[in-house]
Amino acid sequence: MLSYILRRVFQSVIVLLVVGLVAFSMFRFVGDPIDNMLGQERTQADIDRLRSDLGLDQPFVVQYAKFLRGAVQGNFGVSYRQGRPVSTIIAERAPATLELAAVSGFLAITLGIGLGVFTAIRRQGFAANAIMTVSLIGVSLPTFLIGILLIYIFSVELDLLPSFGRGETVRIGGWSTGFLTASGLKALILPAITLGLYQMTLIMRLVRSEMLEVLRADYVRFARARGLSDRVVNFRHALKNTLVPVITVTGLQLGSIIAFAIITETVFQWPGVGLLFINAIQFVDIPVMAAYLMLISVMFVSINLIVDLLYYAIDPRLRIDGRTT
Amino acid sequence: MEPLLVTDTLLDIKDLTVEFPTRRKVFRAVNHASLTVQPGQIHGLVGESGAGKSTIGAAVLGLLERPGHITAGVISFKGDQISGLDDEAMRKLRGRRISMIFQDPLTSLNPLFTVKEQLVETILAHHDISDGEATKRARDLIDRVGIPDPDTRLNQYPHQFSGGMRQRVVIALALCSDPDVIIADEPTTALDVAVQAQILDLIKELARERQVGVILVTHDMGVIAETTDLVTVMYDGEPVESGPTHEIMGNPQHPYTKSLIAAVPRPTLKLHRFPQISYGGRETRFAIEDLARNWPKTDNDMSKPLFQIEGITKRFLLRKGLLPWDREYFTAVDSVSFDIKPGEVFGVVGESGSGKSTVARMIAGLYNVDEGRITFDGQVVSDLSDKAALNAYRQDIQMIFQDPFSSLNPRMRVDDIVAEPIRHHRLLAGDAIDQRVRELLDQVGLGAEAALKFPHEFSGGQRQRISIARALATQPRFLICDEPTSALDVSIQAQILNILKDLQEHLGLTMLFISHDLPVVRQMCDRVAVMKRGKIAEIQTTDDLFANPQTDYARELLELMPRLDDLSTENLEAES
Repeated sequence: MLSYILRRVFQSVIVLLVVGLVAFSMFRFVGDPIDNMLGQERTQADIDRLRSDLGLDQPFVVQYAKFLRGAVQGNFGVSYRQGRPVSTIIAERAPATLELAAVSGFLAITLGIGLGVFTAIRRQGFAANAIMTVSLIGVSLPTFLIGILLIYIFSVELDLLPSFGRGETVRIGGWSTGFLTASGLKALILPAITLGLYQMTLIMRLVRSEMLEVLRADYVRFARARGLSDRVVNFRHALKNTLVPVITVTGLQLGSIIAFAIITETVFQWPGVGLLFINAIQFVDIPVMAAYLMLISVMFVSINLIVDLLYYAIDPRLRIDGRTT
Repeated sequence: MEPLLVTDTLLDIKDLTVEFPTRRKVFRAVNHASLTVQPGQIHGLVGESGAGKSTIGAAVLGLLERPGHITAGVISFKGDQISGLDDEAMRKLRGRRISMIFQDPLTSLNPLFTVKEQLVETILAHHDISDGEATKRARDLIDRVGIPDPDTRLNQYPHQFSGGMRQRVVIALALCSDPDVIIADEPTTALDVAVQAQILDLIKELARERQVGVILVTHDMGVIAETTDLVTVMYDGEPVESGPTHEIMGNPQHPYTKSLIAAVPRPTLKLHRFPQISYGGRETRFAIEDLARNWPKTDNDMSKPLFQIEGITKRFLLRKGLLPWDREYFTAVDSVSFDIKPGEVFGVVGESGSGKSTVARMIAGLYNVDEGRITFDGQVVSDLSDKAALNAYRQDIQMIFQDPFSSLNPRMRVDDIVAEPIRHHRLLAGDAIDQRVRELLDQVGLGAEAALKFPHEFSGGQRQRISIARALATQPRFLICDEPTSALDVSIQAQILNILKDLQEHLGLTMLFISHDLPVVRQMCDRVAVMKRGKIAEIQTTDDLFANPQTDYARELLELMPRLDDLSTENLEAES
């Protein structure tokens, strides 16, 4: 078991290094940061001096090596635009994104699994069919459109919820939270729904199809024939057996909730790392982009590792050798 | 003496009719079936697939698959009517009074829970006792169904048990609630002969000891003869004959029962052909003469063997490891040697896991040979690297698989399936391929019009005919048959085996015939190798093996085989 984890961690490090290398090789095509950094009255000498100060005259491999050397010491460089350390900027912005992702992830998983089980058990019912039809909308409409629709209905027409920003936040240590104020919670609702809707419908449809499969299995029929109650059969025997494929997809979806909050954050002007990244791209703020990309890949890699470990926890066939007969 | 009860009958099914309405017409799965079960009695329900025997079991438990429903008749339990009860009332009955044992022990246990969890859960669903007591009861049950070392086994997961042990767990689960009636739906079909005998003994013992009434659903006449007190023979949803087992088996009245009993392969008497079930007018055409006319003349050189298998060994990696000493291997086939003479049918028998299928796959070139050598017609074929030679070899050997459902690609049309080997080996081109495929399908008795259909439109026996047509497409000299009939009914089995016999006789095909069914082997094979744990225990001519087995293992296998000895065999020879 330990050797398995070590091997996976080792693989993860290699994945991270490759991601970084690809990222740095791409930065040359984003544009020249110097253009934005110096004013109109710049001389060629100014440009050359700044370029060599920032190390941009060196090949990207060298730049990458420098970035790595800093990164292992926790130093991600200084933002070209804000002139402040990247780590400080990200630490400021991260709570907004993480809170948003946590809420939408929670919604997606609980509602997704719950509705998936419901639609599978009451396959013929009217409610289940209605949910399935509505869920098609969730899968097919793009996120930004859902966001704009929600803003139009709940902010513009009904004037119930704010259309942008986080509302009031409270600072606890280095963490700014929107959970403790009424306006903060209100501001969370629309972006959380927008961000989680796609994931929710996806999880729901997956759980449903897996459940339908499992409900036909012999051990479920046998469980019924033993006189176990519907609740036990559906939620204990059937649901647990659907979890392995569901966890794979859910894990990856949670990663994308955080990574691709960019669109939702843009629509709702949510002050998170996604918005930070978009601004960084516009300004060719290489240190911010590099740090963001590395952060996202660390997250994906660790989610993947956790998913694999969860398999072991759920399925004894992987955990325990089946040779003793 | 106990006081005489008003009704002694546990389960009374009267005039039961079950229908499945489909878009086109109403399908009547069970047609006016009646049967009763008394305490301690085992009532067999026998018939071929589609006879409606499992449907009766499902109807009793209220577990009919939608849209099936009972349209007539009454099911009573201890004198109270239970058919037509609502779901809630049915669930109280299910498990508590009437339990069920399913066919496949590998799939009827939930893989994610320990045996203890599943037992305790079921006990608690039926009895108002503490967790500790339930655990103790679970342990006693595991002990009672004959699982050694119950304390350790209780905390293990289903995948840690062998097939037979799992079926014991399934039986323990069915006993959790002290039911009065157990419906066992093909409880031993998926098991080896030796394990089958043990499980049947256990069911018999429990019926006696606990005075449980058992309905035993099976397609196997041998199981019926050995286990049941009463038997009802089903044909096409209708019970055709019913009565005490020894009477029905010894002196069947109905023509269907007669032919069903006659179709069971006998281990004692070798017949030239398998008796086929004549009842119901099933077509059994196989145009061997047409096929033989176009078949290339094989002059079998009888002086030397066609196949020489010398010390072949196959190991499978059990645990991966970077370092060689970390790896663990399982030796599936351990230095096996035998010869196959031209034109003979060579049988390989053994329990599951004995390596017989692995041997077949090594000969077919599907598995590499780790050690040893395979020589075919004077040429070493065990590690052919030359593409052309390998192709030529593959053209000469063809395989017929066990499962007619998974061995045909469901998305390919039948003509493409049969044409595939012809196209691959470039034997014919253009219209000649179509011509050949149609001929083949016609010759195996499917008719040329089958070419345009898809595999799912055919029954198991018909699919196996498609497999045979495909195997014959390259005009091979050698056929590997890996349990070709174990998924089929007796009547269909007889048809398929007769086709194989024809192929051997008229085309001079040599065959490797793998089976766990000893009576079938007795009828089919000239010589037999008995395999045990990857090794060959003994090789003998079939007659000698059945008359005079040399090893204890072979003797044990022969003894465990269900017998129909008490049956009259006189009219058998007359019919064949």
